[in-house]
Amino acid sequence: MKLTRRDALAIGLGATAVAMLPLRASAAAEEAIAAFTGGAEVGAGDITLTAPEIAENGNTVPVSVEAPGAGSIIILATANPTPGVARFNFGEAAGSQAASTRIRLAGTQDVLAIAQMADGSFIQTKSTVKVTIGGCGG
Amino acid sequence: MATGVKPRVKVPKTAAAGETVTLKTLISHKMESGQRKDGDGNVIPRSIINRFTCEFNGKPVIDVTLEPAISTNPFFEFEAVVDAEGEFKFTWYDDDGDVYETAKSIKIA
Amino acid sequence: MKSQAHKSIAGIATAIVAASVIGAGAAFADEEAELTVNGEIDMITKTAAPAHLSDALDEVLSGWRFRSDTTQDMQMDDFDNPGMIWVEEAREKWATAEGSEGKSCMDCHGEPEDMSGVKAVYPKWNEGAGEVYTLQMQMNECRTDRMGAEAWDTDKGDSIPMEALLASVSRGLPVNVAIDGPGQATWEKGRELYYTRTGQLDLSCASCHEENYGNMIRADHLSQGQVNGFPTYRLKNTKLNGVQSRFKGCVRDTRAQTFSPGSPEFVALEMYVASRGNGLSVEGPSVRN
Repeated sequence: MKLTRRDALAIGLGATAVAMLPLRASAAAEEAIAAFTGGAEVGAGDITLTAPEIAENGNTVPVSVEAPGAGSIIILATANPTPGVARFNFGEAAGSQAASTRIRLAGTQDVLAIAQMADGSFIQTKSTVKVTIGGCGG
Repeated sequence: MATGVKPRVKVPKTAAAGETVTLKTLISHKMESGQRKDGDGNVIPRSIINRFTCEFNGKPVIDVTLEPAISTNPFFEFEAVVDAEGEFKFTWYDDDGDVYETAKSIKIA
Repeated sequence: MKSQAHKSIAGIATAIVAASVIGAGAAFADEEAELTVNGEIDMITKTAAPAHLSDALDEVLSGWRFRSDTTQDMQMDDFDNPGMIWVEEAREKWATAEGSEGKSCMDCHGEPEDMSGVKAVYPKWNEGAGEVYTLQMQMNECRTDRMGAEAWDTDKGDSIPMEALLASVSRGLPVNVAIDGPGQATWEKGRELYYTRTGQLDLSCASCHEENYGNMIRADHLSQGQVNGFPTYRLKNTKLNGVQSRFKGCVRDTRAQTFSPGSPEFVALEMYVASRGNGLSVEGPSVRN
């Protein structure tokens, strides 16, 4: 295939659009993170986020989080229209600092889990979930 | 109130003292996200369960804040320590002000 | 050339999406997994094709085998299966008197469990009516003739939950739809529809579900289109779906004018497609994407 000037322009525009999208989404995600951490530094640690590598449908994506010793864990879907998904606060009768739920993802994106530990520090992990677009609308 | 909302919980009937048990909950709710539009192009207002809590004999197990990204018919699975026989109390809070509650007792075996 | 430039953008976007999912097909489904529900109901999700299909297929496979492990898991425990919400709802309906006769389903039929095996043989010939009945049509005959209540619309309102309840008490039993006898003409009509290409895309049911099952249609893993799991809870619309509504979606996707749920054509097609799954377990309410 021979590229015309117009095609090249189209490709350029497409690439720009693709590059800009995550930026816009992550601004909202950054805000949500700051709301949880109060701007504190977020490190790595003993936190696990289990999500399918590929979700058959973004409407119902099973996810699990676990962070032994955490007081709270939040889940963020960084490219959703609003990134907040859930916040789990664990109480004294909790058997573990772990929970599973089913979430909505607007498209392929990073899902983020951040835990606040007993000492007030924050740790995070992320998982990329590919959301497929079905062949059949039926 | 939101129609057809019905909580379901799965709690073992018995546990050993000090045992960690797995609990599952599901509540039928459409979890309208506030992101969708109707046939006329008007935004369908958000209507979700925004909070779920579980207590055991009055002690908190888990307190969840739900956002519109939680799927239709919210499902949770988590663990609790059963130190004595007693009752799990589950509560869901709807955007429209409704509160749905259910409870399940557990014995020490 | 303007339109071509636009096309290029769409083409590139499609290519990006495709690139991100191609190669995922293998990891996408667990075709060798076995299905046991609640740790006690063993399901036959793969078996030798019924004799009438032996020229076309060696074995028949439940749609469950074509789904990813996370979707498969949701059907393995009734608590994890959102379709059971409607089954519980229908259980209350089953015991509720309705209509001018003040009768409930239970008054004639006892517990829902006493109806075990019924779903497995539908659609089937109804002697009194002189036509093939789907289970929903039989439910409606009960409602109008025995209860003096209003009939339910096909695949709407209470008909789907009630069908799901009746399916749930037959889970694990093999589908066994009769294809001979007085219903044979209807079955043959259904078979003809199955192999008839429709729409601008010129596709028959067989084009996708017989000739291409196991392949990807864009990002979707094509199944054999078996209906042993209906009514089925779809992640896509988060509700229970009826067989004939699903047919409508498929036919519409070929860009054809579709038949309506409840039409004689879809009754015949339901009978034929159900018979293609003879030998597979009744799974409804199943969970699919």
